[in-house]
Amino acid sequence: MKLREIAHSRTGDKGNTSNISVIAYDEKHYPLLLEQVTSARVKAHFAGIVEGEVVRYELPNISALNFVMSQALGGGVTRSLALDAHGKSLSSALLDLEIEPPVTPGE
Amino acid sequence: MMRTIRIGSGAGYSGDRIEPALELAEKGDIQYLVFECLGERTVALAQQARVKNAQTGYDPLLEERMRAVLPVCASRGIRIVTNMGAANPAAAARKTAEIAGSLGLSALKIAAVIGDDVLEPCRERDLPIMEFDGTIGQLGNRLLSANAYLGAEPMVEALGAGADIVITGRASDPALFLAPMIHAFGWAMDDWDLLGQGTVAGHLLECAGQITGGYFADPPYKNVPDLARLGFPIGEVGEDGGLIITKVAGSGGAVTARTCKEQLLYEVHDPTRYLQPDVTADFSQVGVEEIARDRVRVSGGRGTRRPSTLKVSIGYVDSFIGEGQISYAGPGALARGRLALEIVRERLKLTAVAASELRFELIGVDSLHGSEVSAHANEPYEVRLRVAGRTENLREAVRIGNEVETLYTNGPAAGGGVVKSARDVVAVASVLLPREHVRPQVQFTGGA
Repeated sequence: MKLREIAHSRTGDKGNTSNISVIAYDEKHYPLLLEQVTSARVKAHFAGIVEGEVVRYELPNISALNFVMSQALGGGVTRSLALDAHGKSLSSALLDLEIEPPVTPGE
Repeated sequence: MMRTIRIGSGAGYSGDRIEPALELAEKGDIQYLVFECLGERTVALAQQARVKNAQTGYDPLLEERMRAVLPVCASRGIRIVTNMGAANPAAAARKTAEIAGSLGLSALKIAAVIGDDVLEPCRERDLPIMEFDGTIGQLGNRLLSANAYLGAEPMVEALGAGADIVITGRASDPALFLAPMIHAFGWAMDDWDLLGQGTVAGHLLECAGQITGGYFADPPYKNVPDLARLGFPIGEVGEDGGLIITKVAGSGGAVTARTCKEQLLYEVHDPTRYLQPDVTADFSQVGVEEIARDRVRVSGGRGTRRPSTLKVSIGYVDSFIGEGQISYAGPGALARGRLALEIVRERLKLTAVAASELRFELIGVDSLHGSEVSAHANEPYEVRLRVAGRTENLREAVRIGNEVETLYTNGPAAGGGVVKSARDVVAVASVLLPREHVRPQVQFTGGA
């Protein structure tokens, strides 16, 4: 299934750094996010866009992850050549990530 | 009894809708109305405007906003806090006094917070730039402006002295909201946990409609009612920092746990260290709870000691950007778009256009996420070619759009709708300035 089935997301920008939240709709899916939506996968997913590192922060209270991606906005929002200089649309790209559903006992 | 204030957020950026602010003033039962209107680059652009005319440099919509809300704010005693002063808070205050006078409201007391302009102390210290290798000095005469993100203190001072309207230039966005809380409740400036929770409130409110359902809808997973009449948020803050986010009953949009969670992390890096002029806020323990329709309780914000430096936003002339676009549609549109891109790519080489960076893309195919992320998309009915490049001067930038335009008669079949542009780029970067070099002041206008 797609990440979009179990999580929502919002992109923010500061300078040349983009942050993307990934928030489980249902807290029961938070462990799945922890396990499968790793920094390495996010970095690979944004190949060609994110040139710097991707750091993941965990917020268990709200069942959310926050990805901070450096060198991700074409040199910075105020100088980027990109159509979407803020990277506002990046959250939608991340929600396209493929997620392996958990194996439920008894099925 | 616990004291509570209600703060409305009347704008999330300079060009934001105006009616929701009026709705807040009329129906929101608020005591404070905050307008956050200053983007990263806005101060630098406003500084340029001020150089040409010393009476300008404040927000272009200041007059329209003030005319819309001042009568009702004055009659209800709603106090306004805003960063619409941009590069010239003093001129913005004078203009606001003039508007108030013309509305028969000359009794309004208007305060300008000045002192965020720190170009001189930054130049003297030749501070290193955070975003790239270089210093202030190396920017030479390309440096246009340096404005420190001020904290809540001068705004609190202005409110304490009776200001009905407080107008700042560069200030931290959450501080615009924190100031009324500190003023109303007398919070100590070293009560880090309260200031941290107040910062959570300010951070959630500062983008206005982004917490009431704007920048959120994604049908069928996330549906939001009535976005054309989106209501702006109200923060109900108690003196113990208790916070409820809500909006005017009957307005469009929705305040839910989900909208609050998304906005909590918006533009946040390390959630345990959200650096502010007044506090190092910690969002990591924040919890949200829906307690009624469009009422969400947000708790758990904390804080530690404020940083010893203030972030300074510097504006500088970076480069020029030239751009051209043309559309192709119908059968084979994608192939013709790709052919056209190759033609422009070769033309820019043949004619030796001096560009340090170039982008070749097809809008509708790969312009937003690049060719790798978009590789599996279906073939679209129409595509729009876009070529953009960075140059050192306007003359070279113009040549990029020209090479797209000549596709009309020299490129693939049936290309239409060329648009081209060339512009200079005022970019923004940051430096850190020890806070003792920043001395904000409050100036009063009006109150006659």
